[in-house]
Amino acid sequence: MNNDLTSSLRPALVMTGLFAVLLGIAYPLAMTGVAQAVFPHQANGSLVVDHGKAVGSELIGQGFASDRYFHPRPSAAGKGYDAMASGGSNFGPTSQPLVDRIKGDIANLHPVPGVSIPPDLVTASASGLDPDLSPEAALYQVRRVAAARRLPEARVEALVEGAIETPILPFLGDAHVNVLALNRQLDRLGATAGR
Amino acid sequence: MTIQGWLLILVFVGVLLALTKPMGLWLHALYEGRRTPLHAVLGPVERGFYRLSGIDPTEEMGWKRYAVHMLVFNAVLMLLTYAVLRLQGVLPLNPNKLAALPEHLAADTAISFTTNTNWQSYAGESTMSNLSQMFGLTIHNFLSAATGIALAFAFFRGFARREAETIGNFWADCTRITLYLLLPISIVYALYLVASGVPQTLAGSVDITTLEGAKQTLALGPVASQEAIKMLGTNGGGFFNANSAHPFENPSAATNFVQMLSIFLIGFGLTWTFGKAVGNTRQGWAILSAMVMIFLVGVGVCYWQEAGGNPIVHHLGVAGPNMEGKEVRFGAAASALFAAVTTAASCGAVNAMHDSFTALGGMIPLINIQLGEVVVGGVGAGVYGFLLFAILAVFVAGLMVGRTPEYVGKKIEGREVKLAVLAIAVLPLIILGFTAVSAVVGAGLAGPLNKGPHGFTEILYTFTSAVGNNGSAFAGLTASTPFYDSMIGIAMWVGRFFIIVPMLAIAGSLAAKKYTPETAGSFPTTGGLWVGLLVGIVLILGGLTFLPSLALGPIADHLAMIAGKTF
Repeated sequence: MNNDLTSSLRPALVMTGLFAVLLGIAYPLAMTGVAQAVFPHQANGSLVVDHGKAVGSELIGQGFASDRYFHPRPSAAGKGYDAMASGGSNFGPTSQPLVDRIKGDIANLHPVPGVSIPPDLVTASASGLDPDLSPEAALYQVRRVAAARRLPEARVEALVEGAIETPILPFLGDAHVNVLALNRQLDRLGATAGR
Repeated sequence: MTIQGWLLILVFVGVLLALTKPMGLWLHALYEGRRTPLHAVLGPVERGFYRLSGIDPTEEMGWKRYAVHMLVFNAVLMLLTYAVLRLQGVLPLNPNKLAALPEHLAADTAISFTTNTNWQSYAGESTMSNLSQMFGLTIHNFLSAATGIALAFAFFRGFARREAETIGNFWADCTRITLYLLLPISIVYALYLVASGVPQTLAGSVDITTLEGAKQTLALGPVASQEAIKMLGTNGGGFFNANSAHPFENPSAATNFVQMLSIFLIGFGLTWTFGKAVGNTRQGWAILSAMVMIFLVGVGVCYWQEAGGNPIVHHLGVAGPNMEGKEVRFGAAASALFAAVTTAASCGAVNAMHDSFTALGGMIPLINIQLGEVVVGGVGAGVYGFLLFAILAVFVAGLMVGRTPEYVGKKIEGREVKLAVLAIAVLPLIILGFTAVSAVVGAGLAGPLNKGPHGFTEILYTFTSAVGNNGSAFAGLTASTPFYDSMIGIAMWVGRFFIIVPMLAIAGSLAAKKYTPETAGSFPTTGGLWVGLLVGIVLILGGLTFLPSLALGPIADHLAMIAGKTF
């Protein structure tokens, strides 16, 4: 036993040092070098740039409050879409605070008669930074956005339909609409339609 | 539930079954220490490592020596990480100027990553510098995984060797697994993730101005290099607080699918390697069949509940699946599948918040861990854990037919059975004991976010995850307190090493035995009867122990949910 212990010290110390350099420094730095050279856009956060200024990331949701924009899902990240504090609400299925929050979010919706509320529209995502809405949740907001922008509903609806993305293989995940991309398209439409 | 959802689950299992043999073959080459094509590139690195640290890779070790070298190596690694986390404030690569971690959090985190648990009482983006993530944590993602696989190899040798006193060389196993398996796959995998949108930079964050004119700071860092080995090594410790739900860790449904595959890949392969090592690959397929059966039942229940949704929310006029704590790009099916995979394997990465699952949907991850994470399980740990159950299963079968039990050519006697029971009994003892303490003392009761039975489930899940070395959480519980950090730290340490030592003792004891050829009277350990017996033993031993605690937590929660009662 004693011999086992003493004989283990040198390999344990030296191997820790060697592996730390290989796996903790060389590997991540080499990956960073290759990533920055080959995929600089993705490696730096997939930023969306308008007129030379970064207005967001393709992958990270951001808050929208104006009636002129499609609204994202409720967010539990910090005070909402805080990308330095990702996370969900962690409310359980029988949580009264969850019920209260959903009621509050429903009260702020512009109801569409005869259509039940899509679940993602009034639930907080896991990351608090979900960039997407379900197609149903986006379509649910068409009437409000069209009215605020004085655009025909059909035009806004067509915009949503055109923005629906599906996974490479459809069964891998759900169809979705990127809210930032949709709202930027809306702004481009708005540049020609009446402000 | 949709046809697409079921298609996802079936394709997922199908792809893994197709990859089982190729992965098993590769692992078997490493198990035997054979030359691989990668030796041409990495062979000099391997030899250099041995020379500098004075290791003779051909030296054979008895189980005690193997155990001591493994433990000392893990202890040194843990101290290194503790030091890095405590000195974070003065070390380089800290673009966001983050301070050192307090003692209890640094110790808890060092234990957490050493034991392959990757429980996180902190939020990565606001706690860990890039150096801490890379140097302090990523090395554990490799080496705790390599340790687990090395231990599985040692255990296999116990069955495979005849009248031998040794079970291999820890350093050779650990080094070969790291260099010829984990590192090369991680390199390719990390680049795939970057191409798909996962950041890989030394910058800490970037400021942007949103369309509505608000300021948003995006946390960045060397994410992809950590993400790859986090999944492959069933570690699960996320770069960000939201883990694989964060769009920067898991940007699309396609990356999500690959992440799920990579959690199970090595675990599936190891079952084949076991069969090959003991000279009959059907032995490997038999234990894999039992694992997959238990897994599919769990996935089915979880998906059914999540797709069905929460009746309390439906009552408010909202139709459809339970989307609280889920990402739209994944949806109910891919979230339920991920939850079952990450808890069946002891990964603990999450792409949805388990705390916000429906009561029974959230019970499945809990049960998966309570079964001992032997349904595929963590890399290495899953298969040796499952073999402990196999030892008990042949013992039970032997009692029924009145013969000395045998398994893959080795007689199973009193010593092995006692050690297997010892290893398996650690789990309920700590989980239930620590949960009971936390449910009565003030510092424990201060933890849960939710009230009612769900609050109890949060505590139960915490210790289940810690002892099981899973690392996923019902994250509502505030764990970064001295009370929980200490309790969780102890639970993780005991849950890892108090199973490993009896397991290695069994390996040593088995290796010393003669080979007992199979006869007409031997209980067959390859057919359907055996698979059924295995499933039964895992469910009875692993599951029944916890049933009362499940009744107090998720089952009570489910009844409340159906009755529309909130807390």
